[in-house]
Amino acid sequence: MTYNYPDSTGHFGPYGGIYVAETLMGALDELNQAYEKYRHDPKFIAELNYDLKHYVGRPSPIYHAKHLSEHLGGAQIYLKREDLNHTGAHKVNNTVGQALLAKRMGKKRVIAETGAGQHGVATATVAARYGMECVVYMGAADVQRQSPNVFRMKLLGATVVPVESGSRTLKDALNEAMRDWVTNIENTFYIIGTVAGPHPYPAMVRDFNSVVGKEAVVQMPELAGRQPDAVIACVGGGSNAMGVFYSYIDMPGVKLIGVEAGGHGIASGQHAAPLTTNSPVGVLHGNKTYLMQDENGQIIETHSISAGLDYPGVGPEHAWLKDSGRAEYVAIDDDEALRAFHDLCHLEGIIPALESSHALAHAIKIAPAMGRDKVLLVNLSGRGDKDINTVAKLSGITL
Amino acid sequence: MSRIQTTFDKLKLHKRKALIPFFTAGDPDPKLTVPLLHALVEAGADVIELGVPFSDPMADGPTIQRSSERALKHHVSLHQVLDMVAEFRRSNTGTPIVLMGYGNPIQAMGWETFAKRCAEAGVDGVLTVDFPPEESHEAFAHLDKHGIDPIFLIAPTSNDARVERVAKMARGYVYYVSLKGVTGAGHLDLAAIEKKIPQLRRHIKLPIGVGFGIRDAETALAVAKLCDGVVVGSRIVEEIENSAEQDVVANVSKLVRELRLAVNRA
Repeated sequence: MTYNYPDSTGHFGPYGGIYVAETLMGALDELNQAYEKYRHDPKFIAELNYDLKHYVGRPSPIYHAKHLSEHLGGAQIYLKREDLNHTGAHKVNNTVGQALLAKRMGKKRVIAETGAGQHGVATATVAARYGMECVVYMGAADVQRQSPNVFRMKLLGATVVPVESGSRTLKDALNEAMRDWVTNIENTFYIIGTVAGPHPYPAMVRDFNSVVGKEAVVQMPELAGRQPDAVIACVGGGSNAMGVFYSYIDMPGVKLIGVEAGGHGIASGQHAAPLTTNSPVGVLHGNKTYLMQDENGQIIETHSISAGLDYPGVGPEHAWLKDSGRAEYVAIDDDEALRAFHDLCHLEGIIPALESSHALAHAIKIAPAMGRDKVLLVNLSGRGDKDINTVAKLSGITL
Repeated sequence: MSRIQTTFDKLKLHKRKALIPFFTAGDPDPKLTVPLLHALVEAGADVIELGVPFSDPMADGPTIQRSSERALKHHVSLHQVLDMVAEFRRSNTGTPIVLMGYGNPIQAMGWETFAKRCAEAGVDGVLTVDFPPEESHEAFAHLDKHGIDPIFLIAPTSNDARVERVAKMARGYVYYVSLKGVTGAGHLDLAAIEKKIPQLRRHIKLPIGVGFGIRDAETALAVAKLCDGVVVGSRIVEEIENSAEQDVVANVSKLVRELRLAVNRA
């Protein structure tokens, strides 16, 4: 592979880095050393692969959405079925990896932040699996809109802490998890769920999710006879997108398209699309990246129908892929995502997560203008069972 | 010679320890910030750490986060904080002011503009909580150019290599965070501080201030005996939070006077 980021200090071009208080530097040093040691350790890799296969259910299939493709009359749409993983999303690829690392580092307690609840569930799951105490921080607003996942976490033995500060969403949950970590640094491993945070998290979370793209590179020729013309994935922090993009970065013939949350529409200002809107570069949660903020550098509240995309920043590697021109970033608004959600339900019998529905909506948007011989690969990063309350409410239905 | 150095030199000469109170600019109301600065000096503050409010103060506990939220309700910006310092300087030319906060508001203003405006306003030092030495090269260059002291944190978990790195970049004084956790948390471990300070002195020639967990005259005295200055933050912010607006200045003054008397006994 010729693409070789981040550099040794955790930078992707000008982005990334380690922007945390001195109180966390020791723990990040320790984590970095452990990760460097075990990522090439055959025993670690064997244990990880075993659990990915037998516990998570990998490899996840790729499915040719023929009915949807016919309906659109253009490019063929293929879905990478991360929704079929144990716990219902790509998030578990990363939590298995980090939990195994935590185990080797002798940490008996894991903490996590969560937006939609998928990462929280995936963390609670592996904590149960490996016998660790688990505390999940979740914005109070998200606790309300993702109640099924809150209950799942509790069933799995985790403590869910609703965060009442700030905008009561994902960014506030992240703040609170960082505070827990700095207070309990000796026995606690912080399992970050996305490709953001201080180095080595963006690289580590990408690496653990890169199994998605590695499989796709093998599966696409088997199924479609070739690699896709474009790979499309939704981007909040951007972990599922980095996971599927990573193996394709060195294949210049494959377009990489990240889909951000357009919320009520870019023009409304109420969205979560820092890359699409060229937000100013700033520093939050340990890394430098494009960041939604006001003219005084205060972080502004974002909006998306999807809790998992409702975040003002974005992983630093996406910032770099945008600047370098290797990937392009677009936004899909709430209504478009919701239409794609229903389309996939009706035409393919698959209920997608609202996050993944954004990626799907972009494929639906561009497919009709493309030839029937063109191929789009959409990362269907999660299933939508957790979203049925949200969708019902929007349709005026009480469950 | 910088105002911070002059202040610590003078204290050393008189065998006194520095009292360094902290509060957030604009809390509870922007109109009280300059009066509070003067009142703190009057009550015996040697250096003042003035917090720049930020929407996401990750390294702070709930007390200081709420103070940021109160200030942000009044839309207090970094520009305004600099104006407040400039106003304070019209009648005080001796007491060092250190701006303490997070990097993003500065990043948004631009480091060069910020450093220049600090110099013009009469700011003496800048402590950017989420910019460790590794990420501070750009910041350092601009601050240094305008004669502003970059203040750095050291934690109980900082190893010798890290302490050395901080020693190379720090000016003014070094802020030792005396416990693991966020501001306003936990209990002081005096024995651990007593053990750590001599280790730090091997690398650090600057004065060492200690903060986090200092809540009253007793703890202020105990810590002052071990270092060159005590930083009191959450306790003062708590006093602001619990006071009716018209009593804020008087109540904070009373608290700081008590702390001053205690530190004088060190």
